[in-house]
Order: sequence, then C-alpha cells, then structure tokens
Amino acid sequence: MFEFAAAFERAAALILTWDADLAEIVALSLQVSLTAVAIAALLGLPLGAAVALVRFPGRRAAAVLLSALMGLPPVVVGLVVYLMLSRAGPLGVLGLLFTPTAMVIAQVVLVTPIIAAIARQVVEDLWAEYEEQLRSLGTTPARAIGTLLWDGRFSLVTAILAGFGRASAEVGAVMIVGGNIDHVTRVMTTTIALETSKGDLPLALGLGIILIALSLTINAAAFLAQDLARRSQQ
Amino acid sequence: MLKGPLRTLAGLTVAAMLAAPPVLAADEFITVASTTSTENSGLFDNLLPKFEEETGVDVRVVAVGTGQAIDLAKRGDADVLFVHHKPSEEKFVAEGFGVERYDVMYNDFVIVGPRSDPARIAGMSDAVAALDKIAESRAPFASRGDDSGTHKKELGLWKQAGTDVAAASGSWYRETGSGMGATLNTAAGMEAYALTDRATWISFENKGDLEILVEGDKRLFNPYGVILVNPEKHPHVKAEAGQKFIDWIISPEGQEAIADYKLNGQQLFFPDYRAGS
Repeated sequence: MFEFAAAFERAAALILTWDADLAEIVALSLQVSLTAVAIAALLGLPLGAAVALVRFPGRRAAAVLLSALMGLPPVVVGLVVYLMLSRAGPLGVLGLLFTPTAMVIAQVVLVTPIIAAIARQVVEDLWAEYEEQLRSLGTTPARAIGTLLWDGRFSLVTAILAGFGRASAEVGAVMIVGGNIDHVTRVMTTTIALETSKGDLPLALGLGIILIALSLTINAAAFLAQDLARRSQQ
Repeated sequence: MLKGPLRTLAGLTVAAMLAAPPVLAADEFITVASTTSTENSGLFDNLLPKFEEETGVDVRVVAVGTGQAIDLAKRGDADVLFVHHKPSEEKFVAEGFGVERYDVMYNDFVIVGPRSDPARIAGMSDAVAALDKIAESRAPFASRGDDSGTHKKELGLWKQAGTDVAAASGSWYRETGSGMGATLNTAAGMEAYALTDRATWISFENKGDLEILVEGDKRLFNPYGVILVNPEKHPHVKAEAGQKFIDWIISPEGQEAIADYKLNGQQLFFPDYRAGS
C-alpha cells in the first residue's frame, strides 16, 4: 500500500506547486481531447440522428455498424492514421505526423462512433414517443432531426461525455500518431505510460490521479450546466 | 444556435483551445527517431537544451525501439536516426536510406536477475555461458521481444549460446513485446532475468529484488550511432538542420556534454566519436 500513499503525495505535490511542465501537459491533453470531441459531436450527432430517422436501405446494418465501431481498438486506429499521415502514406505531404493535429484526427475517429451510436438510440426513442404528434404537425422524419436532437439534448450530453471519456483516457492511438514528444505531443496518458516504463510508479500513479480528477471536474461541470439549463426552463 | 449545456460545453472547448499554449513555438525543428534508452535515461533532457540554445533548432525526439525507429526513418518520418544496433544501422545506410553513420557514444549491456539467482550466474563475466546456465535451469527470463536494439543483441547472444529461445517462448522464456522499462517492470514482478542497457538500468526506479549479475563481457558492448536520413530518398528531410545536430553531437562540445551526464554519480554514456573513423 506504500505506493498508493506515495502516489497521492506526488499528486498533491504536483498540483500544489503547479509544475509548469505538468500544466503544459494538462493543457495539451484538454486541447486535443476537447477539440476532438467537439468535431466528433458536430459529425456524430447529425449522423446518429440521420440513421435513426431517415429510411434508407441498410439502415439496421448501419446502426449495428455504428454500435460495433464504438469498440474500435485505439492502437489499430493509431496505426491506420499513422500509415495515412506518414511521409510514405497518401497524406504524407501534409506533414501532420507527430503533431497535435494528428492526435485530434485519431481521436475523432475513435469518438465519433460513440457519440453517433448513442445519439441514434436517443433520437430513435424520442421519435417513437412523439411520432404521432410530429406527423400531425406535418413533420417528416428527416425534418425532425434538428427538433429531436434539441429535444434530447440532456441525454446527448451523456453521449458527448462518453466520447470525452474515451478521448481523454486512451493512450494507444495518441502514442503512435503523436510520438509522445516532450513539449509537443506529450499528453497525460502518454506521460503516465512513459513514467511507468521508467519505473517511477508513484509519479505515474500520481499523474493518473490528476487525470481522474480532471475528468471528474469536467463531468461535474457538465452536470451543473445541465441542472442550470433545466431550472431556467421551468 | 447552441443553448444551455451544449453552449457551455462549446464554451469550455473554445476556452481550452485558447488557453493552451501555442503548439508550434519554435521556428525550426528536426525530428529525431531514437531509442527508449536515450530518452528514459534523461540524456536528451540534458543534451538537447544545450544544442537548442546554441543553434535555435528545436529537436523533437520520438523514442521507440531501434527496429521501429529505423522503420520510421525509412518511411521518411524522421530527419535523424540515433539508435544502437550497428549491423542494422549499416544496412540502413547501405540501402541508401541514410547518408552516413557516425559513432557517437557507447555503454554496455548487463544481465540483471533476482538476488536469489536460481541459475547461479552472479559474478560471471562470460555472458553467453551465463545465458546457457539460465536456459539449463529454465529460470524465467524476460525478453523485450520487440525487435529493438537490445532485443536484437539478446537474440545474437542466445544464438551464440546455442539456445533456441523461440521454442521456449511462453515457458521459461517470456517475451514482453514492450520497451526496456516495461520489461524490467515485468522482470521485477516475476523475478526473472533480463538483458538491459546500463543507462536504463541506472535510471530505472522499480528495481525491486533485481540486481546486476553479469557484466564486463566485451560482447556486451553497446555502441550508438547517428545517421542523417537521406534527402535523396525523402526530399522533405531537413538535411541542413539535421546535419547541424550531427555535427554538434560529434563535436568536442557535444561529446563533452554526453560525458558530463551523470545519474546517481554514475556516467551513463561514453563518447567515442573519432574523426576519420
């Protein structure tokens, strides 16, 4: 149990002294993951709603595919994005490998299916509930996308938070496409992996505690925002 | 357009993006594909600021196993290769991927193992004979198994010992398929023997019950080389800045900086560039 006590001490010391390197790593982690989640939400919410509402051949198959893609292995996504962005790959001329942009791309691929799959379920349930009402108003399923996304916004925040959880916690993809370069692409999870490999387990665990605290803060903020929004509606 | 919680989330996102420091601060940078031993031991943290201050060129190190580093460089994803497996490095140059290989520094490999030493190899100076005894006693041995320089070295030694480790993989011979530190963590956890470079060993903080049992065999020599990736293969390679880095690291100043780096009072790397070598 000695390690856990030491880890909490290291975490507390890091936060109290507000280590500049740590601040940089935390900022980059947030920058990469929040950007990825924002882009994934812009893609995933309409996509999920469309699969829920628009009738097209293979719709069930698309829904199954979206669900299955929630389990995309980060290392595989990392490897594919790496091969695309490598100088020898099709997008090599862009020179994006080992940059935060590459990390954002990989995380967008990982997070979009999560947001889309949950959004699909939420919107499908809402449609089942309000179909009669909406049809009597002359609304077609396709035109209900915006309405139902708005109606389901509280549930959809959970979809976005699930996406953020995935993005901020994964290490496999960002390690490969970012390269864990000090001061350039080093984020919380890759730092934890690095410190573990150096055998500095208390520091690694201390960083882990900070990462979890960060996630807790963001989730609490989202819940608070939800409550405030609900109250202002009453 | 966005309202309520979504707007809050969007606001948080924008705030985070604005609050984060600009990512591309330095004007000029090179990417160096190197090994975990040079990064994890803290050598680069000590060397690079000196070079960066002098030249204004930022050095971005991607630290992976030697095999992966060479692959990165072959694909043109690095400007300079800085690794430790001479035969692979010479092949890299011979195939036209690299311009020229320079000796930079060396240290040595050691065989570490549990204090209880079930194979009775402590104090031996013949690394091959020591491995032979480990194989004979079927005591657990943790191998990198990741095509790194250390792994290639280890396989070469097993070959000399006449042991078919592939056949033993999964029984007493355990391939972790990960970096040196992770492999040492595994070895410490299962009281296994392992081959490690001395720099990683000295800087490693989770030694547990492990200690150095075999050292001093000249076959455990561990030389590092530095190579500029050939701009004729990959035109985008920053040849000028990359060569600047190589010239600096083999200069008396760079060599001295390598020799100066000590951890717990021990020198980790020994400079060995010789002009005309």
